[in-house]
Amino acid sequence: MNEVRARLRDRRNAALRIVLPFVSAAVAALAWHLVVAFWQIPPYVLPGPGLVLSTLISDWAVLSAALLTTLVTTIEGLVLAAVGGILLAILFHQSRLIEYSLYPYAVILQVTPVVAIAPLLLIWLPQAAAVLACAWIVAFFPMLANTTLGLRSADHNLLDLFALYGASRLQRLMHLTLPSALPYMLTGLRIAGGLSLIGAVVAEIAAGSAGAGSGLAYRIVESSYRLNIPRMFAALTLLAMAGVGIYFALSLASYLVLRRWHESAILRER
Amino acid sequence: MSAAGQTAPDTAAPIVALRSVTKVFANATVALDAVDFEVRAGEFVSLLGPSGCGKSTALRLLAGLIDPTRGAVVWGSATNGRDRRRAQTLGFVFQEPTLMPWADVFDNVYLPLRLQGLSKAAAAPRVHSALEGVGLAEAAGAYPRELSGGMRMRVSIARALVTEPTLLLMDEPFAALDEMTRFRLNGDLLRLYRTLRKTVVFVTHSVFESVYLSSRIVIMTSSPGRIASQLSIEAPYPRDERFRTSAEYAAYCRRTSEALASAMGAERP
Repeated sequence: MNEVRARLRDRRNAALRIVLPFVSAAVAALAWHLVVAFWQIPPYVLPGPGLVLSTLISDWAVLSAALLTTLVTTIEGLVLAAVGGILLAILFHQSRLIEYSLYPYAVILQVTPVVAIAPLLLIWLPQAAAVLACAWIVAFFPMLANTTLGLRSADHNLLDLFALYGASRLQRLMHLTLPSALPYMLTGLRIAGGLSLIGAVVAEIAAGSAGAGSGLAYRIVESSYRLNIPRMFAALTLLAMAGVGIYFALSLASYLVLRRWHESAILRER
Repeated sequence: MSAAGQTAPDTAAPIVALRSVTKVFANATVALDAVDFEVRAGEFVSLLGPSGCGKSTALRLLAGLIDPTRGAVVWGSATNGRDRRRAQTLGFVFQEPTLMPWADVFDNVYLPLRLQGLSKAAAAPRVHSALEGVGLAEAAGAYPRELSGGMRMRVSIARALVTEPTLLLMDEPFAALDEMTRFRLNGDLLRLYRTLRKTVVFVTHSVFESVYLSSRIVIMTSSPGRIASQLSIEAPYPRDERFRTSAEYAAYCRRTSEALASAMGAERP
């Protein structure tokens, strides 16, 4: 009896977790709409939710192309950051000397604001490459830092066991340290996904003010120059949704990889 | 009484010995002080003593996981080898099951053979027979966290046995388990010891466990770690649950407790 009740409660909680964010969004949109209608706020100051939605639909051709450009840059930056971060972390793990020599520069790259680097990159590189480089720079460090930590977190008894059986360095890496680091890498990837989008947007804005571009951030800058505030809101909405989508996709991937064995992915019974 | 069915421990050649081994750790702790200790083929030796007496250190020295500060670990002629070859003669069971959480039971037990370069297909019969030996033939596809503590320890034992080692080193393997599970695993371990004709070095801090399992008990004292005394347990194998309630068992437990108490009393100033 209790079991049935507990299961019903769990299912209700799961449903609420999905439904409630939409309910709060609807409430907020309604409040937004009422505020705009009541005070008759002009659309070039604050467009109502209905106008934003209709702009999203009417401008879909322009906006979707821009979304695709930004998403492709973000994903490319993320993939390059993941590959580079993991490879460099493995290199650091193999040799302390290399780690001591290079790690400070990885930190410097991380703490220097990407907004400040973007104009320089735009001078040196073709625009698409400069935007990609910005996305890569901000996404790279969380991958490196998390993987470095993960590679060090292998169970000491298992390390002893591998030593006992005379495992080679490659065997230890493939069968012990990399799998141990996997949860850390996936966490790094989730952080890096959002940051990669931010890096791409920042670079697009920097590039946009220089006079060229086609990503979502460029559309936002362009709309603001033309006082096309509804389109600006529509582009902003798409950008936020892209960020949420990336986060959820990476969370889902992480769950699917870890669900059989890692504590973080196990639902606890109470 | 002789240990029926086992090689007579006194006459067999030593498999491995610690020769006046001293181990000092980096923080200047003297874990072992001039310890002499032999393991003969077919023996079940328990190292018994309080925490910090160096019994785990002795086991890790035997396994080659650490090197002695002074003295030597000497291997007998039958197992004259180092590193890779020595690994094939050794099985090691830790206090925790120490399984890879990302791998299922089969892959965990397959690990030592994989590290020796055996393909999965070639290893499968040996992995399955090792799992059968510990009563887990059905659990090959399960993940460690889906198993109980006792079952995880069985997987750990199967992994130690899969290379068919001559010498099994066990570091308080059952200390974290409840008493019922521990009794059952004690019985299973003795069955494996007899049927597979292993030599076992078993670290424990339980007098009762050491008497039930061992053919010889080595009593150790702490700071610095030394061997205080040794006792032969001459009750014949197989020993079953009735042995636990026998007068003979009780007498051995009393003698072992007394020896331990006098060793620990002697260590105080």
